[in-house]
Amino acid sequence: MNKELVDKIKADPNYHKLVSKRSSFSIKLSVSILIVYFTFILTIAFKPSLLAVPIAEGSVTTIGVPIGILVILFAFILTGIYTRRANTEFDDLNNKIKNSLKGDI
Amino acid sequence: MSRILTFLIFSAIVLYGSGTIEGEIQKQELNMSAIIMFIMFVGATLFITYWAAKRTKSPKDFYTAGGGITGFQNGMAIAGDYMSAASFLGISGLVYLKGYDGLIYSIGFLVGWPIILFMIAEPLRNLGKYSFADVASYRLRQTPIRTLAASGSIATVILYLIAQMVGSGKLIQLLFGLDYEVAVILVGVLMILYVTFGGMLATTWVQIIKAFLLLSGATFMAIAVMAHYDFSFNALFSHATELKGIEIMSPGGLVSDPISAISLAVALMFGTAGLPHILMRFFTVSDAKEARKSVFFATGFIGYFYFLTFIIGFGAIVMVFKNPEYLDIAKQAISGGNPILGGNNMSAIHLSHAVGGDLFLGFISAVAFATILAVVSGLTLAGASAISHDLYSSVLKSGKADHDSEMRVSKMATVALGIVAIIMGILFEKQNIAFVVGLAFAIAASANFPILFLSMYWKKLTTRGAVYGGSLGLATAVTLVILGPIVWVDILGNAEAIFPYKYPALFSVIVSFVTIYIVSINDNSKSANEERENFEAQFVRSQTGIGAHGATEH
Repeated sequence: MNKELVDKIKADPNYHKLVSKRSSFSIKLSVSILIVYFTFILTIAFKPSLLAVPIAEGSVTTIGVPIGILVILFAFILTGIYTRRANTEFDDLNNKIKNSLKGDI
Repeated sequence: MSRILTFLIFSAIVLYGSGTIEGEIQKQELNMSAIIMFIMFVGATLFITYWAAKRTKSPKDFYTAGGGITGFQNGMAIAGDYMSAASFLGISGLVYLKGYDGLIYSIGFLVGWPIILFMIAEPLRNLGKYSFADVASYRLRQTPIRTLAASGSIATVILYLIAQMVGSGKLIQLLFGLDYEVAVILVGVLMILYVTFGGMLATTWVQIIKAFLLLSGATFMAIAVMAHYDFSFNALFSHATELKGIEIMSPGGLVSDPISAISLAVALMFGTAGLPHILMRFFTVSDAKEARKSVFFATGFIGYFYFLTFIIGFGAIVMVFKNPEYLDIAKQAISGGNPILGGNNMSAIHLSHAVGGDLFLGFISAVAFATILAVVSGLTLAGASAISHDLYSSVLKSGKADHDSEMRVSKMATVALGIVAIIMGILFEKQNIAFVVGLAFAIAASANFPILFLSMYWKKLTTRGAVYGGSLGLATAVTLVILGPIVWVDILGNAEAIFPYKYPALFSVIVSFVTIYIVSINDNSKSANEERENFEAQFVRSQTGIGAHGATEH
């Protein structure tokens, strides 16, 4: 990519919108999965008895089981949320940038 | 803190193939239904290889299947790379042994994926062509960076191959009744055929088919187990706790220290994002949109797979544990307890027999063999691309190699890696290879990942910084593994480890990042300033994909 093209893209307000929206979204989602995972793992490290509570009176199933499965589901749902927004909103913005460059690329 | 890691440490060793099967293996009698189903699989995959070979003409076809794989297909293939035979048998074996701890372990493996999606996948796809070294060397000097990245890749691939080959030899010996050497040579030869003739297209489809078979087989087993208990988890867990005690329902585990825990978590997370065969998969799709879909589907398949292994592990507790049919009487006579034939990691295999008889046992055994083939093929392809694309074409020929000679070198590299894998597999048969996979992850996390990540996001990174930091990270990882308890004490027989932790990643990753930072900010050379200036153009491309390599039409 030559310098003129780079400057032209950088002058496009849609480019700044794309970069700032996407990076703040990526960071928010990354932080949420890290918080959820580390809360889970640190609970196991320091207070495992919290996860050993039965889900109901007389049940052998502990709340650790649904919580663990929820962590897996949470990771999957986050990737779904990101992919959905990136493949629609972010790609639309990106296409606007590309369309405004018709002929240059 | 203790629990965090017992399972982690214990299982990383178990999982990645090294210690898949315990102790001396008793060769089994020939398992005919398994062999017939395996021959059917091999026949189908060789047919795919023949089909793929006709479509594999350029280096781009060879390394990336022409970039025409869809997000769904690639997601399945990525999941296939992750669901190795060792991970299927290891995780279900861990659940069988420790119950809930097995679930905690698999979660540790999964959470790296969302981070890869949010941070790595798109810029990687937008900047690279065939290998992650393309990205790292995008604005840095080609020769030193590619040499370093290729060394990191080849080291990771060979270590991983050793673990897979040794694990596969033992597994096949046990499942099919073949000799160890025969099994290792068979895996090596088939893998060479797939990769040399079919390239990435064949490798991807072998991986997809195997992932489908493995998920189907595991689903069937889980449903068969649940059907016994009218689909009540509580009924299944109740029966399991009657046999193994209530503690299998909550975090347990052996005693370990928090440093090891965090260090292994770092190795798993950053290591996954630095594994060359995983990174290479992102170039097989047409654009960033498909790359994102790949991770979404891969995370779904992997998460579902871990959920199934949890049920399978508990199923093995109720149907295999204390079942006289699977009891290892010889071992019980010596050590007591209720050992099962082949060790805990064979629990899923025994369960397949318990729920589906000889025929289904044959099916699962054939799938396990197929899984090994698919995983070693992906690894070899990644290693071959580092040799031919990064070292031969970009470094030796300064990017001027023609397509034919690059293809020739990549095929020779594939054959060479296959032979190395066979020889290593045979040499390491009786060796303690517990350190091998930990080392592969540590190198990926401390040499490959920091360079890749910083080259994408940190403007001030320079060639000098990357070379010093990456090399020092690699050297630190190797040194600390040698001085650590597994090699220094268990293998070399010294009384006490010089470096007390089994997993060096926390330390070697910090060494790598800090060195890169210090050297880069103090690098005022002319080329360093140019490299910083070129960051803007690279960043624009990484964000928008403008100028990125697209798919080829067939």
